[in-house]
Amino acid sequence: MEIDKTLASSDRLVDENKRLISKIGSLLARWEGILVLIIIGMVIVFSNITPYFLDYFNLMNATFTFMEKAVLALPIIFIILSGDIDISGAAIIALSSFSMGFASSHGAGTAQVVITGLAVGALAGAFNAVFIINFGIPAIAVTLATQSFFRGISQAILEDQAYTHYPESFSYFGQGYIPGTIIPFELIFFLVLAGIFAYVLHFTSYGRKLYAIGNSATAARFSGVPVNRIRFTNFVLHGLFAGIVAVLLTSRIGSTRPNIANGWELEAITLVVLGGVSITGGKGSIVGVILSIFLIGYLKFGMGLINLSAKVMIITTGFLLITAVLIPVIIDAVGRRNKLKMQRRRG
Amino acid sequence: MNALKEMLKKREATLILLIVVLAVAVSTRAPGFLKGDNISRIVNDTSILIMVGIGQFFVILTGGIDLSVGSVIAFSGMAAAMMNQSSPGTPVILILLAGMAIGLLLGLFNGVIVAYGKVPPIIATLGTMSIFRGFTFVLSKGQWVTAHEMSESYMSIPHGHFLGLSNLIWSAVLVSVLLFFFSRYTRSGREIYAIGGNKTAAKFVGVSEKKVNLIIFSMSGLLSGLAGVMWTARYAAAVNETATGFELMTVAACVLGGVNIAGGAGAVPGVILGALFLGIINNALPVVNFSPFYQMFIQGFIVLAAMFINTIMDKRSEKKMLKRRA
Repeated sequence: MEIDKTLASSDRLVDENKRLISKIGSLLARWEGILVLIIIGMVIVFSNITPYFLDYFNLMNATFTFMEKAVLALPIIFIILSGDIDISGAAIIALSSFSMGFASSHGAGTAQVVITGLAVGALAGAFNAVFIINFGIPAIAVTLATQSFFRGISQAILEDQAYTHYPESFSYFGQGYIPGTIIPFELIFFLVLAGIFAYVLHFTSYGRKLYAIGNSATAARFSGVPVNRIRFTNFVLHGLFAGIVAVLLTSRIGSTRPNIANGWELEAITLVVLGGVSITGGKGSIVGVILSIFLIGYLKFGMGLINLSAKVMIITTGFLLITAVLIPVIIDAVGRRNKLKMQRRRG
Repeated sequence: MNALKEMLKKREATLILLIVVLAVAVSTRAPGFLKGDNISRIVNDTSILIMVGIGQFFVILTGGIDLSVGSVIAFSGMAAAMMNQSSPGTPVILILLAGMAIGLLLGLFNGVIVAYGKVPPIIATLGTMSIFRGFTFVLSKGQWVTAHEMSESYMSIPHGHFLGLSNLIWSAVLVSVLLFFFSRYTRSGREIYAIGGNKTAAKFVGVSEKKVNLIIFSMSGLLSGLAGVMWTARYAAAVNETATGFELMTVAACVLGGVNIAGGAGAVPGVILGALFLGIINNALPVVNFSPFYQMFIQGFIVLAAMFINTIMDKRSEKKMLKRRA
């Protein structure tokens, strides 16, 4: 009798595990599904209110306003997936943009300016990584300090001045179109990068390792994943991408002020979390984040078209962010209650 | 336990020493720096940071973070200033209480999302940071409340004096003393430490994580609400951008004060000293002819350095403990 009971309960345990795994899968699928539904709803609402929303030219040009944040969101996916956080992205953009302005005002050409920006970004990322991984200080604390430190450097030197002189050809990155079309270079550039990130995350061992670290860093370490080396790479990658964003943004607005990209780190993190990447790590996909990027971007564009103030947008984003995390919890709770009911009925 | 106490004591003593050295160094270049009224000005300037920093401390103690404090300050400050603007006759004590109540409600909202929605604090408060800031704009319709639209009695809330110290300083002292005793000698205070130290163990001995989350976020909101009224009255202006980025200052004060950002360790006196240290630096910069544009850089540098030193000291004391055991 006793043995039978144990066997039965262990069977149930296996069953439950299986159910849990399929549930997580369907939950994830469901979240991306929810995003698609919201996007469809948004398109229907806006295109009924204004004829200017579903306009090819407008839809293309609107991407200029959110592609840079989208590029910053990509490396943050890796960071959050592996259970870390980095809130220094916008400050690295400021530092990197400052260094490009400095180089340019000392006569550097476009190629040198770009290389300077990327190198400074990657170095800043490595600086974060050393404190976080080599000294073992929590990522939130380190990047909180460096966000003030990095932006502080450009503020201390630039004061209330601005760099405004950049080589002529430099303006292509942020303002240019694919020749012969009205498709912005930034849009194509982002889609290519997103494709690479999707490939790495979903089809390489690096991606699998990110999920492993996010689920349990200790377990990953014991199974031979070089946890710290991967985390280090993530932070350097984040710095490098902040450098890329600095190139795009500086090129688009043609100037560098110390307050450049203020608050972008939180907007980029919002995009990632809204895209269904679990803030505690281990769960999420690139597709969800791409959907959330276009959802938020076009939501802002549409609200601007119908003269809704930016403030309403701020509130909406905040609510979306919290609901994004709340919905799975609620679905889970409802599911558990139903299961309890069924068990009670059976018992 | 004794070793821990010693370490904490040492950390606070180090901070006091640092503050004294810094103050003396500055006063060699600016003789008026250590005079009574300048010191009281610095403390006055730092009082808001101390109050909100202590609220932040309790959240960090549990391993969480409250990013919405700046927005709560802005909203409650705006609401209080608008109450005063629309009916200048209302006793200011009522407005002060109303501002605190609004802060408490906003904080409770955070607490409910975290406790019942199981949303991680960083995400919950990242969201409400946007939401509350947006509400501030909606409430004010983008307008400001300026000095000539505020009553004398409203502006005197922080400025009024009692026994030679401003009301603002008194409120910081009151908050500090009350919450110091709360953290050390009350059941709820110890429960917050317990949750931060070891969540699982705390749950097993019957500490309710939900209750702790509700308490810390409500408290952080309440203190931010108080700070909001003080802020708008002190600077005689309620603007929509009030206290933008202030959440990072409060975290910096905690980190400087030896609070473990991962939770479980730290104490109220440390936070006060950390805030004072930041306050002295901000006040000293113009005195020693440093451009105010250096402020951000120096703050970032100091927090980085503090964390670095903390970590090294921790590792060393760990090694010592291991040796003693062997």
